[in-house]
Amino acid sequence: MKRRDVIKGGLVLMATSTLASIYKPAYSKTYVGGSGAWRATPPPPLSVVDGSRLVYLTADEARLVGAIFDVLIPADELGMGATEAGCVTFLDHQLAGPYGTAAKDYKLGPVVEGLPQQGPQSIMTPAEIYRKGLAEFEQAVHAKFDKSFTDLSEEQKIAFLKSIESGAIAFDTLKSDQFFVLLLQNVREGYLADPMYGGNRDMVGWKLVGFPGAIYDYRDWIVSKRGKKIDIHPISLLGRA
Amino acid sequence: MNYKRPKADVVIIGLGWSGSTMAEELTRAGLKVVAIERGAWRDTSTSFPTTRDPDELSGSVRKEILQAPVTETYTVRNKVGQTALPMRKYHNLTLGNNVGGAGTHWAGASWRWLPFDHQPYSHVMQRYGAGQLVDGLILQDWGVTYDDLEPFYDRFEKIAGTSGTAGVVNGQRQPGGNPFEGSRTAPYPTPALERSRANVLFAEAATRLGYHPFPVPSAMIGAPYKNALGLNLAPCTYCGYCQLYGCGNWSKSSPNICILPVLMQRPNFTVVTECEVIRINTTPDRKMATGVTFVDSDGNIGEQPADIVITATFTLDNTRLLLLSGISTPYDVASGQGVVGRAFTFQTLSWGFMFFENEYLNPFMNTGALATQIDDFNGDNFDHTGLGFIGGAGIQSLSNQGLPIGMAGLLPQGSPQWGKGWKQAFQKGYQNYAQIQGQGTSFAHREQFLDLDPTYKDRFGQPLLRITFDYNENDRRSGRFIRDKCVEIAREMGATQVGGDSFADRPYSGYTPWDSSHVQGGVVMGEDPRTSVQNRYQQNWDIPNLFVLGASSFPNNAGYNPTVAVGATTLWTATAIKDLYLKNPGPLVRL
Ligand SMILES: Cc1cc2nc3c(=O)[nH]c(=O)nc-3n(C[C@H](O)[C@H](O)[C@H](O)COP(=O)(O)OP(=O)(O)OC[C@H]3O[C@@H](n4cnc5c(N)ncnc54)[C@H](O)[C@@H]3O)c2cc1C
Ligand code: SF4
Repeated sequence: MKRRDVIKGGLVLMATSTLASIYKPAYSKTYVGGSGAWRATPPPPLSVVDGSRLVYLTADEARLVGAIFDVLIPADELGMGATEAGCVTFLDHQLAGPYGTAAKDYKLGPVVEGLPQQGPQSIMTPAEIYRKGLAEFEQAVHAKFDKSFTDLSEEQKIAFLKSIESGAIAFDTLKSDQFFVLLLQNVREGYLADPMYGGNRDMVGWKLVGFPGAIYDYRDWIVSKRGKKIDIHPISLLGRA
Repeated sequence: MNYKRPKADVVIIGLGWSGSTMAEELTRAGLKVVAIERGAWRDTSTSFPTTRDPDELSGSVRKEILQAPVTETYTVRNKVGQTALPMRKYHNLTLGNNVGGAGTHWAGASWRWLPFDHQPYSHVMQRYGAGQLVDGLILQDWGVTYDDLEPFYDRFEKIAGTSGTAGVVNGQRQPGGNPFEGSRTAPYPTPALERSRANVLFAEAATRLGYHPFPVPSAMIGAPYKNALGLNLAPCTYCGYCQLYGCGNWSKSSPNICILPVLMQRPNFTVVTECEVIRINTTPDRKMATGVTFVDSDGNIGEQPADIVITATFTLDNTRLLLLSGISTPYDVASGQGVVGRAFTFQTLSWGFMFFENEYLNPFMNTGALATQIDDFNGDNFDHTGLGFIGGAGIQSLSNQGLPIGMAGLLPQGSPQWGKGWKQAFQKGYQNYAQIQGQGTSFAHREQFLDLDPTYKDRFGQPLLRITFDYNENDRRSGRFIRDKCVEIAREMGATQVGGDSFADRPYSGYTPWDSSHVQGGVVMGEDPRTSVQNRYQQNWDIPNLFVLGASSFPNNAGYNPTVAVGATTLWTATAIKDLYLKNPGPLVRL
């Protein structure tokens, strides 16, 4: 995009990188009635995440996330745990994409902290928060146990996460309780989103609650199954188990 | 490069329900119409193909269909004296950002507002007197009545294919419908959908309590239907990917299925997409609008001259565009003078949340507006003497969510939110959770308003719109009253755990979970230029060739969702332009 400073009427156009990423290439289109061609551009094809290698997290970070996630959603008789279900792969790919860079957020300044009801004001991205948050998490574990989180007993892991959740154990710079909220949100997403995003292996999360997945017609059941149990094998996009 | 497009008869800014409804009327009358829309083109078959199911992560969670804060956001504070801050992340207003506007991804509850909602001032004065109003409340009539609008409500329903059960037709009560509704000249175009299990439990409980339940009219098409423009709509399949999703099934009324396929056959219609209007241009004396200026996706500045300018960018951007363009007098909170940004309202939500023991509510079979409601405590359908407030709420059992990420935290009180205990609680809670929404009225207040933010700018360097809003005492009183009714019905439904909440008891936030997206006012229509921006035809008092459409015109919010009232007022204005303005361009109301 050409830099354009002062334009007609005194408006200032800022050639920031945010602007450039929205405005390249030119998308504006003119559709005239009766001309026939007015189909939209089809959505990009769906694709399955490749979990064979990490794309954002380091191997150490991935191990730590896996250990935390498996406490948040453990393996038991109701189904596999978070890591086996692919939640770390899920997170790794989310952080490498537009979610990780907070591409849709408003990031212009001034950045100041406000009242809780004014919503989050930090412009740190989820990718940055994880990089820093995981390091500070490990530091906090070391300070307390002189060990790594992955080496703690199950009871110690649970107790430690509870004190992160409540904020009782603080991090150096980030708010530990807010980091916990992010971890919990992301592990649930991984466990319950369509398997094509890398998690929810064998649709384990959907089977847990009986969610049928990507079914688009319930007309036969809305009355006949009202208030009744429905036994159905869930369906995912791209038919991936 | 700066450029000028050929002059049009009419330029319409924004192509959601308001803009496309107006475009259809005016192109049918032979006018050359150019619409300028910030979002991209979307057509149902290509953009939301039935060969490809939606998924929750990209839809409800990452909100890919919405207007992103990076494109434009709003700053918020509760009151004068606080510093407003931008909503940096996706927030509750969930605005649209494509051809079709929010009408592509809306929930689809399709209400005619009560006669009371259009003339609240006259009605309250007559029944209770000014003593019923809390200090600072702004209450005024619209200048147009339910009876004026009835033919346009009817027409809009026949464009949308609205499904429902009529309650009053030609003054006659109808079984199963809403006995409190304004009299209709015709039943709904398509029949009401089947009810969910939660809806049925609600209806039974409400009936036992002596209330009058009825199916909420909706955009979910109830049977194959050819609409008023000759387009074929298909029955809804209860797929459950509805609010925040486009419907590829041709089953959710939207501009994309109900209007645009017709518009795109007309050579006198043009839409320019992915261009943001930054200013409405006027003659130097500000007596006439001359067109609009926009930025295209390359950052070029374009101009679209036109004889008539119509703004249809929804409440917030309608207000912002007038303020950015220096049109009409901005509201000044200190003096109470001025009109643009005044009479801003939200929606007062109350809830009853409940858990059953051994239900199969099968929440995934739902639609955006699969709801059964009572209106016994809405509008002025009950006697408010001694209650200290006006208004109320539509109280409804709402089956609109069954997607698992969104429900993962909805657990009976005391349940763990993670670990083994969470899995057990979620497994049970998923099938046993239900909710009753009290969708409450909101009345304007002297201290609730919109203006331009002094600090924060958009990507083009223009000031963001600032929202100064908190619930007023009327909202707090009505909110608690309605919450208690929600809880009463939830108990009667047989739930074992019941909780209630009235959002108005906490400061307003754009991030409260389960809150509304409805904002109204700022460019209101009315009878007096000192308290309204536009006359009863949504025509600017100062600039007769400028019309601003949408919920920004409403000086109060009903205990309903706004869109069918938006459609009806748009059709009313279109008729005034065609039948009155074109014959004799100038002010349609002379004082
Ligand atoms: C999630 C959700 C659920 C809802 N559910 C219901 C419901 O159940 N029932 C109901 O009645 N209502 C509901 N609503 C409200 C309903 O969607 C709106 O009332 C309706 O869509 C308003 O139509 P509109 O055309 O006035 O505005 P919009 O649909 O908002 O359209 C405005 C258009 O203007 C464009 N625009 C904005 N600024 C500019 C600019 N500067 N230049 C160019 N273009 C611009 C936008 O991109 C958009 O396409 C819901 C809304 C949301 C967000
Ligand atoms: S619930 Fe009905 S109207 Fe809504 S998206 Fe599904 S099929 Fe369409």
